[in-house]
Amino acid sequence: MDASAIIAALETLVPGTGAEALASIDQPTILVPAQTLRAVGGALRDDPAFQFTALIDIVGVDTLPNEPRFEVNYSLVAADVPARLRVKVRVGGEQPRVPSVVGIWPSAGFLEREVWDLFGVEFEGHPDMRRLLTAEDWEGHPLRKDYPVQVDVPVTFAAPTQVTEEQFRATMEQDRRLRGDKG
Amino acid sequence: MPELRTEVLTVNMGPQHPSTHGVLRLVLELDGETVLSIAPTIGYLHTGIEKTAEQKKWQQVIPLVERMDYLSAHSNTLGYVLAVEKLLGTEIPERVTWIRVLLAELQRLNSHLVWLGTHVMDLGAITVMLYTFNERERILNVNELIAGFRMFPSYIRVGGLREDLPAGFHEAVRDILDRLPGQIDMCEGLLTKNAVFTSRTRGVGVLSRADAIAFGLVGPIARGSGVAYDVRKAFPYCGYETFDFDVPMGAAGDVFDRYMVRVDEMRQSIRICRQALERISPKGAHAANDSRVVPPPKDKVYTEMEALIQHFLIFSQGFTVPAGEAYVPVEGPRGEHGCHVISDGGNRPARVKMRSPSLMACQALEKMARGGLLADVVAVIGSSDVIMGDVDR
Repeated sequence: MDASAIIAALETLVPGTGAEALASIDQPTILVPAQTLRAVGGALRDDPAFQFTALIDIVGVDTLPNEPRFEVNYSLVAADVPARLRVKVRVGGEQPRVPSVVGIWPSAGFLEREVWDLFGVEFEGHPDMRRLLTAEDWEGHPLRKDYPVQVDVPVTFAAPTQVTEEQFRATMEQDRRLRGDKG
Repeated sequence: MPELRTEVLTVNMGPQHPSTHGVLRLVLELDGETVLSIAPTIGYLHTGIEKTAEQKKWQQVIPLVERMDYLSAHSNTLGYVLAVEKLLGTEIPERVTWIRVLLAELQRLNSHLVWLGTHVMDLGAITVMLYTFNERERILNVNELIAGFRMFPSYIRVGGLREDLPAGFHEAVRDILDRLPGQIDMCEGLLTKNAVFTSRTRGVGVLSRADAIAFGLVGPIARGSGVAYDVRKAFPYCGYETFDFDVPMGAAGDVFDRYMVRVDEMRQSIRICRQALERISPKGAHAANDSRVVPPPKDKVYTEMEALIQHFLIFSQGFTVPAGEAYVPVEGPRGEHGCHVISDGGNRPARVKMRSPSLMACQALEKMARGGLLADVVAVIGSSDVIMGDVDR
C-alpha cells in the first residue's frame, strides 16, 4: 500500500485527520498534524487493513532554521503483512508538544523519553517524562542544532545527591504508582 | 517468640554487576526471592555518537556507527551504508553485495557465539564459553585478514568496500564454515538436553507474542515468541531473496526458545555463508563505478591529473549526498536495525539515527522478569542479549 492509498483508507476510517502523503524514496511516508496523531495511530494499529501493531522507533529531527522546527518520525511495522510506514509529525515553538502514543504502542515509553531528552520535544500524556540517556541534572537538549558541540567550562565536582530513607521510599512508591503496579 | 518482620526489599543490581553485560543498572523490588518490579536505569554508556556523526563527513561516520553495537560492527555499517547509497542512488556490483552478505552473516555468527558463551556462563555452565570464544577468535582473524582490525574493521564503505579481498580469504572462511557446525553441535550437546540448563530456562521469562509486538521487538526475541518476522525475508536487502535459508521460530517465548532460535540461526547463517562464498570470485570489482564517492585506483592517482584531483577532493572535502531521508532495515544479530539518515545536501549528515534493538529489549525486561525469581533475572537479561553500547549510543 503506498502513501496515497493509506491516506485514502485513513480518510474513510477517521474523517478530517488532515493527514497527507509525502514523497519518499524508501518507504511510504505520511504527515499527520499533532492534534490528530492519536486518532490516526489508533486506526493504523487496530484496523485490519493496516495492522501496524509495532512501533519500532521514534526519530527526532531538528531542522533549524526551518519552521516548524522539529520533526518526530514514527517507524511503524506490520509484522504479519509485512508492511512499513513512516508517520511524520512537525512541531515548532519554544515548547514543542506532541501527544504521547504510549497508550497505543507501549514501546513508545523509552522512545519518547529519548526524544524528550535529546530534542526537548514534550510528549503530553506520557506517564514518566524524564530524561533517558543523559544525567538527570543535564542542562539543555544535546541533539538540537543550536546546542554547542564542545563547551569549554571548567570541570566541577559535585557531591552525590543525598536522600534520606523516607525520600528514597517515596520515590520508589511514586515509580511503582506510575507503572501502575498493584503490589 | 517475636513475629518475623516482612517487608518489600529494594535492591540495586548493577551497573557493575557482571551478569548485566556492561553497565545496565536495575532497581529491583523483591518480596523474598520473587521480583515485584524491575526499573532499568540506562545511559551510563551514552557517548553522543549521533551528535558526533553530524560533525563528520559521510565516510567518517562509519567507524562511529560500528562502535554503537560493538558486537555487530559489519551489520551496523551495512545499515548506514545502504541508507547513504539509497540517497546517492549508487549501483553496487553483485560481487560486492555477496561479500557484504558474507561478512554480515559472519558477524551474526560472531555475535551469537559471544552471546551463547556469556549467557550460559551466567547460568553456571562455564565450559561452553571457552569453546565459543575460541570459535569467535577464528572469525575475528578473518576481520584481521581483510582489514587489519579485529573488532571494528570499517571494511564496508559507502560505494563498496575499502579494498579487494586478500589472497587466502576463501580458504580462511571455508575453514571456519567446515569447522563450526561440529562445534555448535558440541555446545548444543552440552546444553539442550542438560537437566540443569533446561530447568533454569524452560518456562522462565515468558514473553507473549502480543507483548513482543507491543514492545517493538522485531528480532530473535520476537521469533522466540512466535512472531514470524525477519527483515531478510520480509523486506529483502542485498539480494537475500536469492539465498536459500529458513527462519527458526520458537513458540513458548521463554528463555529456552530464545536460546534455540539463536542456535538454529547460527546454522542458517552458515548455510548463507556457504552460498555467498560460492558466488564470490577471488578477483573482481570491490567498489561501484561511481567517481563521486569511490576514490580512483592508486596507480591512476600517480599517473593521471584528473584522478589525483578526484582523490584529493574525496579525502579533503568529502562528497555531498543529495538532500532527503532514507532508512534501510537490516537484520542484525539482535534484530532489525538500520540507520535513519537525513541529508541536507552537504558533505556531512544532518542526522544519523540508529534504530536500537537492545533499547527495546531493555524496556521489555520488566515484562519478561516480573513475577519470577531473582536468579531468573540473570537468565532473562542474558536471553534478551542486550548490548549496552547499542542501548545508550
